[in-house]
Amino acid sequence: MKAIRSLQHYVKSFTLWELLLGLRVTGRYLFAKKFTVQYPEERVPKSPRFRGLHALRRYPNGEERCIACKLCEAVCPALAITIESEEREDGSRRTTRYDIDLFKCIYCGFCEEACPVDSIVLTRFNDYHMANRSESVMTREMLPAMGDDPVDALKDSRPWPSIMNKEMLLAMGERFEAEIAADRAADAPYR
Amino acid sequence: METILTLTLILAKIVAIVAPLMLAVAYLTYAERKIIGYMQVRIGPNRVGPKGWLQPIADAVKLMVKEIIIPSGANRFLFILAPILSIGPALAAWAVIPFGKGMVLANLDAGLLYLLALTSLGVYGVIISGWASNSKYAFLGAMRSAAQIVSYEIAMGFALVGVLMAAGSLNLQDIVLKQQGGLLHWFWLPLLPLFVVYFIAGVAETNRAPFDVAEGESEIVAGFHVEYSGMTFAVFFLAEYANMVLISALASTLFLGGWLSPFEGIPVLGEPGLIWFVLKMAIFLFLFLWFRATFPRYRYDQIMRLGWKVFIPVTLVWIGVLGLAILFRVGPWFA
Repeated sequence: MKAIRSLQHYVKSFTLWELLLGLRVTGRYLFAKKFTVQYPEERVPKSPRFRGLHALRRYPNGEERCIACKLCEAVCPALAITIESEEREDGSRRTTRYDIDLFKCIYCGFCEEACPVDSIVLTRFNDYHMANRSESVMTREMLPAMGDDPVDALKDSRPWPSIMNKEMLLAMGERFEAEIAADRAADAPYR
Repeated sequence: METILTLTLILAKIVAIVAPLMLAVAYLTYAERKIIGYMQVRIGPNRVGPKGWLQPIADAVKLMVKEIIIPSGANRFLFILAPILSIGPALAAWAVIPFGKGMVLANLDAGLLYLLALTSLGVYGVIISGWASNSKYAFLGAMRSAAQIVSYEIAMGFALVGVLMAAGSLNLQDIVLKQQGGLLHWFWLPLLPLFVVYFIAGVAETNRAPFDVAEGESEIVAGFHVEYSGMTFAVFFLAEYANMVLISALASTLFLGGWLSPFEGIPVLGEPGLIWFVLKMAIFLFLFLWFRATFPRYRYDQIMRLGWKVFIPVTLVWIGVLGLAILFRVGPWFA
């Protein structure tokens, strides 16, 4: 019995049997269908719950949804949101400042869940970058340079500001309103 | 006048060999990345030029433009000499490779001996680079490489002794011509164990996976060429791939009948030619890449065990068997 097993061992090693088995595996994969997704051209589908860049939404009549209740600011675990508010001429409370520091944000989506008026949302938009920390804080003066369409900033490969202010957030909301609304509708039955 | 003409002719021949060789090396890197990518179920480089065909050109340009850094503790002369020493033999060995009947730069009668000498010389590049770099990783890589190449050189030499016995000549053209008569008349069949040992030893000799302990990416960073950058690194890279092509060319010449057709006797298809030689080389080069995509790196002591306790006895035994076969004029090979 022992002799047979040792003979088997010798035959196996001298015919390189195990190595050939290994080669067969890689040989088969050579012809297998490839999984690669050519990213900028091809994209994998995203869930309606995808948590990308933030946006502030408006009502269909154009009125801002945000009522400056500051629940998002309170719930934010990363302290990424800064809100200042004032009374508007018509007596309603509105934000005068709504900044989200993208370096701090952890994209947990708590702000969206806390919002009583579905104003702050996380969109599917996720391919943006920040190239330089010192230039990353967006000021009001920089806004025209970004163009009307926030997505243009990406096309020009200009870096995204790391602090999204109110104008940018509202612009994002206008740009993606259809997608945002569709995603919320798709997810509504599970909430 | 006469000498100038001869010299120009030789120079032209050298260019005719080295230029396609460099192109082959460049595209071998591309083939490697593509094939290994495919085996790992991805698609490999495909961005530079159509289907990524210009990738090797881009890599070459990048390496040429990059800075050559010489570490402050390094021996400058040896540091620069090492890559030259490793690519020199890899290119010089091509002088005796026959590409067809009469298509050889130097028809040496001691061609096989010349090859043995030159392929062993390549290790000096590795050892000197490891020493001159003044870096522990480079030194470790060089030491590993030295021990490994010395061990496998012996098995490789014995395998070549088998070829020498079978062909009765050291001239590579004669060796090919001795194998005439189609697929089954080539030396791979009577010398099968030597053929396998030769190719595996060749993989070890070129420091390719699974015998790449000299480089040992995951253990000693990049082994002997950690400290090299830019063109000096590129030359090491070129030498490694040129050596791969060389080992493939040698394996096809010595065991697979060089430029002879596997279908000898059949009209048209049986014609010998350069195309057969290139095809055979392509098979071996594919094997190099296939091995790299499949096998994990050998442990150092296992490499030594395989070299000394398996390959050398196997080759020795087969040389004895071969002697008997020649003595009794066995088969179509030694009749």
